[in-house]
Amino acid sequence: MSQSKVDELVSQEYQLGFTTDIESDTVPPGLSENTIKFISAKKEEPEWMLQLRLKAYKKWQTMDEPHWAHLKYEPVDYQAISYFSAPKQAPDSLEEVDPKILETYEKLGIPLEEQKMLQGIAVDAVFDSVSVKTTFSETLSELGIIFCSISEAIKDHQELVQKYMYSVVPMSDNYYATLNSAVFTDGTFVYIPKGVRCPMELSTYFRMNAINTGQFERTLIIADEGSYVSYNEGCSAPQRDENQLHAAVVELIAMKDAQIKYSTIQNWYPGDETGKGGIYNFVTKRGICEGENAKISWTQVETGSALTWKYPSCILKGDNSVGEFYSVAITTLGQQADTGTKMIHQGKNSKSTIVSKGISAMHGQNSYRGLVKVGASATDARNSSQCDSLLIGSTCGAHTYPYLEAHNDTAQIEHEATTSKISDEQLFYLRQRGITEENAVSMIVHGFCKEVFNQLPMEFAVEARELLNITLEGSVG
Amino acid sequence: MLDIKNIHAEIEGKEILKGLSLTLERGKVHAIMGPNGAGKSTLSKTIVGHYEVTVSEGEILLDGQNVLEMEPEQRALEGIFLSFQNPVEVAGVNNAYFLRTALNAKREKEGKEPLNAAEFLKLMRAHLERLGMKKELINRSLNEGFSGGEKKRNEILQMEILEPKVIILDEIDSGLDIDALKAVAEGINRMKSPERTFLVITHYSRILDYIEPDYVHVLQDGKIVKTGGSELVSALEAEGYKIINEG
Repeated sequence: MSQSKVDELVSQEYQLGFTTDIESDTVPPGLSENTIKFISAKKEEPEWMLQLRLKAYKKWQTMDEPHWAHLKYEPVDYQAISYFSAPKQAPDSLEEVDPKILETYEKLGIPLEEQKMLQGIAVDAVFDSVSVKTTFSETLSELGIIFCSISEAIKDHQELVQKYMYSVVPMSDNYYATLNSAVFTDGTFVYIPKGVRCPMELSTYFRMNAINTGQFERTLIIADEGSYVSYNEGCSAPQRDENQLHAAVVELIAMKDAQIKYSTIQNWYPGDETGKGGIYNFVTKRGICEGENAKISWTQVETGSALTWKYPSCILKGDNSVGEFYSVAITTLGQQADTGTKMIHQGKNSKSTIVSKGISAMHGQNSYRGLVKVGASATDARNSSQCDSLLIGSTCGAHTYPYLEAHNDTAQIEHEATTSKISDEQLFYLRQRGITEENAVSMIVHGFCKEVFNQLPMEFAVEARELLNITLEGSVG
Repeated sequence: MLDIKNIHAEIEGKEILKGLSLTLERGKVHAIMGPNGAGKSTLSKTIVGHYEVTVSEGEILLDGQNVLEMEPEQRALEGIFLSFQNPVEVAGVNNAYFLRTALNAKREKEGKEPLNAAEFLKLMRAHLERLGMKKELINRSLNEGFSGGEKKRNEILQMEILEPKVIILDEIDSGLDIDALKAVAEGINRMKSPERTFLVITHYSRILDYIEPDYVHVLQDGKIVKTGGSELVSALEAEGYKIINEG
């Protein structure tokens, strides 16, 4: 099969590249104390929050943008970005939601009403920066579950926010997390009380809409002792020529015997094949297994963004705690991804599993970067890492950067890495049995990703498979 | 049924088939024998549209349809099946899922409803048992970690399930022990029908003891140089390919 044919198969126009024409309330581009005060005032925040933001901003000004990742890009002009954009009307009920916004969700395949009725999923939809609609809150509140926007939580659940925000990802953790701490506009807050098993999948769609608007969401999920929650985050952004910046922070806290399952499908606009446009995705995601037997699982399917810089991590503080990272990252066109995880073992018998599947096609560059660190206190800690790369064509690249640090002799760490190519012979074999070339490529790629897809909640897995097909199929057929 | 007319075909710029003509008749078993390097595998690759082969002259017609203009998957859907000499391993692709997808592609072309997973598994299990294959092969990745014999039986399994019209068996007997050889030959014999034609490519004669060809063709230096009945097999067996050159 010729290279151009392969390229055709794995590329295609971004299918969610439409923009919604609604009035936005956007501040002029630029970042200063005044911008931060504006954001804080717009969100009617208490004074303490404003002070924290300003503190983060001061810190950020002293920091340098990191450049250690295997990524090449034009410098980001932080003064050219608008830091706040909200739809003008603030709706109280679904009926009041701007029909155009609802239409956008429909194009994304998540009509709120339908989801509400058919899927039993509570959706906290973030349209640009303001939470448009939170559904199912009532059902959840009967169980004492709090599921709301972070802005609401800052006003209504101050104690929890003050106690836990910045506790996993400190304000000055890294350049992008610090920027987020200063300018975050919205995001999701979840609290699951002791012993409660959240009866439904919680789900949020983030969508960037206004031109030149960075989206800086902040998510905080707390699972109290013996509780369980599965949270699904899905993203997509309209097509633009400019590069947009996305610098989110997610903090997870799992207490004793609690379990948090966090699944992401990331489908931001990837830019075109020359590398023009697309989202710069610099995200800090970290969870802490605070108590014994706590468990945090990150599952991610990354098909979008021009640049991805993302390392969902687990601090395994509790004894017998478990951290998991399952990832599929696909880079095609001119996309670049530097992604992986950090597993920090502190508790005795703590255990971590890493399964990373990178797929590169066309000019895509895919790097796995992972750290497994076993502290002196982490007796009998175990890690198993598996990093597989699949190359389609000969102009793409795959790189693996595993870092291991063991400070305890009893640690057992296993690392396996493979790189393979879809061979012409494999494709021909499948085609000789009457399977089209597209389906043959898709079948091989799906086979490669199966282990990770099996970790996703069912509805999400179906979506991930479809997304992978869209990304791979191209305009052929 | 399949008319191969004056085919000239090359691989990597080197001409391998040099004006080969051959007609496969409906309901018959054709065996192709020949020394190494004669072009036996190139012939099978040419018929199925393998990417390595460039055809510079000639035509191949399947019941009058021009095969050379078809993509490999179209040729497969028209009923041309190749049992590969060395079936490739495809990690992660479930054997049953693969075969069901292939069967449903065929059923779709025939305007039939696709088989669901349960219906298909029932069918597959019955065939597995008959071929003496392990049940666990259902859930294994396609050919991955299969022994040589398992791979060949898996080819026969696909042939039985896809029920093709033109069946090309490229060195199906190589690397098989006697039990596997018998199982494979029985599978082939079960498929014999007035509606099908077989092209059995082999270097050795032992498979022909089990499947009795109607015609034996000798391929040498890119052309069919001799055609006869099964008596030709024993002559070749006894005296080698030199009889051709002498004759």
